[in-house]
Amino acid sequence: MQEDTLLQLNNISVVYSDVIQVLKGVSLAVTEKHIACLLGSNGAGKTTTLKAISGLLKTENGKVTDGDIVYEKALIQNSPPEAITRRGIIQVLEGRQPFKYLTIEENLRVGTATRWGKPYGKDLEMIYDYFPPLRKRRKTLAGYCSGGELQMLVMGRALMAHPKLLLLDEPSLGLAPLVVKEIFDIIERINREQGTTIVLVEQNANMALRIAHYGYIMENGRIVMEGEAADLKKNPDIKEFYLGMGAGGDAKSYRDVKSYKRRKRWL
Amino acid sequence: MDFFIQLLVNGLSIGFLYGLAAMGFVMIFKSSSVLNFAHGELMALGAFVFLVLIGWAELPVYLAFPLTLVFCFVLGFVVERLFLRPLIGEPLIYVIMLTVGLASMFKGAMLLIWGGNLYTFPDFLPEGLAIQWGSVNIPPVYAVSIVIGLIFLMLFGLFFKYSSQGIYMRSVADNQPAALSLGVHVRKVFALSWAIAALVAGMSGIVLGIINGINVHDLSSIGLKVFPVVILGGLDSIGGAVIGGIIIGLLETFTGGYLSTSLRDVVPYIVLVFILMVKPYGLFGLVEIERV
Ligand SMILES: Nc1ncnc2c1ncn2[C@@H]1O[C@H](COP(=O)(O)OP(=O)(O)O)[C@@H](O)[C@H]1O
Ligand SMILES: [Mg+2]
Repeated sequence: MQEDTLLQLNNISVVYSDVIQVLKGVSLAVTEKHIACLLGSNGAGKTTTLKAISGLLKTENGKVTDGDIVYEKALIQNSPPEAITRRGIIQVLEGRQPFKYLTIEENLRVGTATRWGKPYGKDLEMIYDYFPPLRKRRKTLAGYCSGGELQMLVMGRALMAHPKLLLLDEPSLGLAPLVVKEIFDIIERINREQGTTIVLVEQNANMALRIAHYGYIMENGRIVMEGEAADLKKNPDIKEFYLGMGAGGDAKSYRDVKSYKRRKRWL
Repeated sequence: MDFFIQLLVNGLSIGFLYGLAAMGFVMIFKSSSVLNFAHGELMALGAFVFLVLIGWAELPVYLAFPLTLVFCFVLGFVVERLFLRPLIGEPLIYVIMLTVGLASMFKGAMLLIWGGNLYTFPDFLPEGLAIQWGSVNIPPVYAVSIVIGLIFLMLFGLFFKYSSQGIYMRSVADNQPAALSLGVHVRKVFALSWAIAALVAGMSGIVLGIINGINVHDLSSIGLKVFPVVILGGLDSIGGAVIGGIIIGLLETFTGGYLSTSLRDVVPYIVLVFILMVKPYGLFGLVEIERV
């Protein structure tokens, strides 16, 4: 393990309900203060990987059955989420998941759960500075906010916990391109200014590779490729199938993707 | 006119007690979706513990009352810890059946100790609290019940609106996976909601015991009144529980006063059916926010 590795997954397998194996020996390492992105199509196992790290797997009857997860030199696989969040790992769930009947500001206050009783006024100010639209709507019920506002809300809520490691699950999902750009700019700023280490799960490889330092590509519960973000962006396979830039410029048919997948098994 | 005012005051004070009791019930439902069938027994237990402290141990009220509340609060914690917690993650119907079992267990224990007799508290409320206004005569206990009801409603309102623990509790009721992802201790929230529910149940048990006397059967069947109250108010609204309680309390006293005492237990249910036909989620039930 390198000196500046914050999180390391060593060959982990994850099984749901004792029978459904989803991750089949996933290994990855996240460098402190960096952004690592985890790319892959629907059903590849990205969310499962994040839940294995954050301990939320437990609530879905899932379990890490093999391998280990090392965070700051401690083994954390299969610990309960209450314990893992208190070590500084916070996951922002896919699909945003606001507390609909709480106001924006109350939503943000739930982020103080891991450090109950400590002052949080400065943190609220910081969140409102990162996400100015939230300040205006602090008294509005989250259920009435737009998708972009909600993405800001759930990221701000997570930041209230002072995470060392932030796990973001598809922040771009269902947002307009301009909003996506705004969100990704803020993610990059948070990483740079707060020194927060980030694992970014995305299907939007284009945006993710733009801000990430390192990337992993996942298919069928395995990591099939990894590398520096700059190198991944140049890789022809990735260009073709994740960045939508085929050699001939035309869209690839489903059959091509299939054969690519078959080929990739051998990578 | 005086008769009307008399009934109004009586109805309000009974209604506040129903509302308080229902509030505890709703709190458990909101945080963990469990319908607690042992609520009436928790009310009776509060009344009997108070009886022991004030009648047998002869403690002064200002000690006996808070001690009883502390006892109920701790009891709620213990019940959650011993009986509910092992069932977290099991199908809800098991948990609800468990509360039915808890109800018989508590009732059995109380019958064993105190039998089915009717007890009364020693007279400890100062006569000075009685309000005399023309021919309207409000006994001290009714005045006290309204005051206690208002104070506790305000305290809980502030707690849920402003305190961090209150906000964590609401977050669990709202979206449990999201609350877990932020490190909210969901099991602690369940325990706290049981503790608070037992506390308010015990408190309303005490005051109802002052009004009607203390009897295991009577008090635990008053527990059943929380059902029309919470259905009326909307199962998931704490404020609705209180207002539902007041409405049922008023309906009961007015029916008893103007129509006949034998109808007083029936009319509230008839009105309930009509209200539900118009508002199926109860008066204050959450209407799902769709825009997300
Ligand atoms: N709770 C669960 N129980 C059983 N299977 C699950 C569960 N959650 C996810 N899966 C399965 O695991 C696979 C990977 O899912 P997921 O990790 O959500 O993928 P991704 O986030 O990459 O889209 C899918 O085939 C999905 O059906
Ligand atoms: Mg996913």
